Amino acid sequence: MNANLFIPTLFAVVFAPLILGIINRTKAFFGGRHGQPFLQLYYDLFKLLRKGATYSKTTTYIFRLGPMVGLVCVLLATTLVPFGGIRSFLCFPGDILLFAYILGLMRFFTVLAALDTGSSFEGMGAAREVHFSALAEVAFFLGLIVLAKATSSASFSDMYSSSFPYIWIANSTQMLLVGVAFFLVLLTENARIPVDDPNTHLELTMIHEVMVLDHSGPDFAFILYGSALKLWVLGTIFTQTIFPFRSGSIYLDLLFSFLAMIVLGVIVGIVESTMARLRLLRVPQLLVAAAALSTVALVLSMR
Amino acid sequence: MNLHSFKNSQSCALSEVPFMIMEDFRKDILASIQEGKRLVALFAQPYAEKEMRLYAVLGNDKDGVLSLSSTKIENVYPSLTSECSQAHWFEREIAENWAIRPENHPWLKPIRFIPSYQEGQDLWKRDSILPCVGDYYQVQGEEIHEVAVGPVHAGVIEPGHFRFQCHGEWVYHLEISLGYQHRGIEKELKGGPNKRSLSYMETLAGDTSIGHSHAYLQLIESLGNCQVSPRVHALRGIALELERLANHTGDMGALANDVGFLPTANYCGRIRGDFLNMSALLCGSRFGRSFLKPGGVAFDMDVARIKDLQARIENAKKDVTVAVELLFDTPSVLARFEDTGTVSKETAKALGLVGVAARASGLSLDVRKDYPFGIFASSPIPVVVGKKGDVFARAYTRWLEIQNSIAFIQNILSSLPEGKIKSPVSSLAPNRMIVSLTEGWRGEICHVASTDENGKFSWYKVCDPSFHNWIGLSMSLRNQQISDFPLCNKSFNLSYCGHDL
Repeated sequence: MNANLFIPTLFAVVFAPLILGIINRTKAFFGGRHGQPFLQLYYDLFKLLRKGATYSKTTTYIFRLGPMVGLVCVLLATTLVPFGGIRSFLCFPGDILLFAYILGLMRFFTVLAALDTGSSFEGMGAAREVHFSALAEVAFFLGLIVLAKATSSASFSDMYSSSFPYIWIANSTQMLLVGVAFFLVLLTENARIPVDDPNTHLELTMIHEVMVLDHSGPDFAFILYGSALKLWVLGTIFTQTIFPFRSGSIYLDLLFSFLAMIVLGVIVGIVESTMARLRLLRVPQLLVAAAALSTVALVLSMR
Repeated sequence: MNLHSFKNSQSCALSEVPFMIMEDFRKDILASIQEGKRLVALFAQPYAEKEMRLYAVLGNDKDGVLSLSSTKIENVYPSLTSECSQAHWFEREIAENWAIRPENHPWLKPIRFIPSYQEGQDLWKRDSILPCVGDYYQVQGEEIHEVAVGPVHAGVIEPGHFRFQCHGEWVYHLEISLGYQHRGIEKELKGGPNKRSLSYMETLAGDTSIGHSHAYLQLIESLGNCQVSPRVHALRGIALELERLANHTGDMGALANDVGFLPTANYCGRIRGDFLNMSALLCGSRFGRSFLKPGGVAFDMDVARIKDLQARIENAKKDVTVAVELLFDTPSVLARFEDTGTVSKETAKALGLVGVAARASGLSLDVRKDYPFGIFASSPIPVVVGKKGDVFARAYTRWLEIQNSIAFIQNILSSLPEGKIKSPVSSLAPNRMIVSLTEGWRGEICHVASTDENGKFSWYKVCDPSFHNWIGLSMSLRNQQISDFPLCNKSFNLSYCGHDL
């Protein structure tokens, strides 16, 4: 078996928390602060893993299952996405669907665990999460159809193959439109501004954070790590769609892909520093706009 | 004609307070409110032996004249609230403190969940008094859900309980239940003034130390026949405006933080510290503690410190201008602020809102202009009046007030009047009643004191601006998204302990 197959997952597992460090440092820079260390999330995870967990008496096994299932799902998702021109561990025609629904399963269990607590906050967060992700799915799938059509494949590894840069140039308009749509989906799915505010302490305004308020210790570490991995996998899909680059050298390609992820962290940080959160009422409009961009790209590729 | 009319912090003999029968008392109040006067305070207190009297302080904001009236009450009296919503909170307070029932009050619940001042009597006949326990206003229906927030909140803020009646994301009704911060200050002030009294004032609402102690000292000095020098007036004015600057700047940052706009949030947090440090330059305390003293101030300012303060103000002015203009130049911020948590002018007037919240809704109410006190009698400060009464209006009103306060301090510092910083205060005149108003950074602060035959406080009433304004926050949430509650709450930024006393 080719050891290279593990590289995309390895990169995800090792570097995912770093991207959040980069986002936070970018935000700190714009706020005139020094900011937390780049590796803060690694320290936090280490700290949480050594702690015990507290469980409310009103919760059931679903509540304990949620974080574990979520982490396993997103780890599985990392094995489906290629990185730096290296094919993913699992690839078969239709893995794009598995990818979308494995993340859906992760969300499903997070939502179930949130509802299991019986807290009115967590119920509200769950309702919001489900509402917005249902809308984000439209934009994501339409974008994937455009990519599949352009590359004549239904597997991420075949899509982002060595010929992708040529296909990209021939379909640059569609690719840019899909890239923007993917970026909006990424912001929504990862609970970033302008959709959600990962830093707020106000339960009533939260979407994702409020669903995990009752988790503690290792469970919370799984959730934080799972979110970092989710940002990483969706980020790699975005960066590979928007920055197609192949040098022929595996090391240069890897380095470039890694730099692209850092640039993504900086871009997300800049977006969060320069704009306020949308009113919750306006979030669906943003997602409909993302879906519209994907639709335009689809229409263009159907010519 | 009006015998019972007087100016801010002008005392009158207790026996001169007009006494009417209940029917006339009610008619007088309702007619005055119709004419556009405002209910500044409504409270009950013991009179002579075993008699309770109800006092009303009405403010004629246009002419800057206050009026007092009183009536005798027994265990039950006809409530004013159904005809005058401004009395709502006051009547609940009276019912709780004295176990007196305002008959036909539409929503008679305790406001602080404390035992009555009348030992052993409780209007609701509660066996044990637990905070915020009782019936809440409820909306019925399959799809209605209730959200309870607090008293323990995420973040370091004061405790309070909020009960929302929601339909999906929409709030139909919000009921606010407070009382967790009750310390019994009014009761403790009885028999004063003593060495503790001023400290109680400074910590009554910790972020309004200057505002409350200013109102208290104004009252002491009037009763103690003390004329403070113009220099003292000026220094007190500077301290009051620095308090306003620090809090308003902090609020601008907090509003930015609540919509996730970080640059202004971070910078304003720092600049607030700069303003607090200016208070420290004045008196050694960042919160202005121990600066104001009976008859004057604790510390004078020499030329070097005046120069230092001028330089610091100039720097802070530049910084705050950059930080706040960035906030108002960002479309995504304006999209959050505009048309969120609107309180119309009519509602604000009917509820008797005061301070920033009232001005943002278009009411021209400012004690500094309406009932000038201290330095503001000789150096007026412009009143900022907003339009729409939404979060944007409350934020923008604060920003304009920041600019006015900076200009005001700069103006005073450039020609600080001469005079001694302390004048003697004699013992308080006996058997008097006095109303003292100041404009704290949140709004109108009202202190009412009456003295006994020995010149000691026979009762002391404090009315923090938050007491008037919490109901305004409730109203601003009607037909809003529940996710906008923190933003609306921050735009009012009311005091829990100022309310709970």
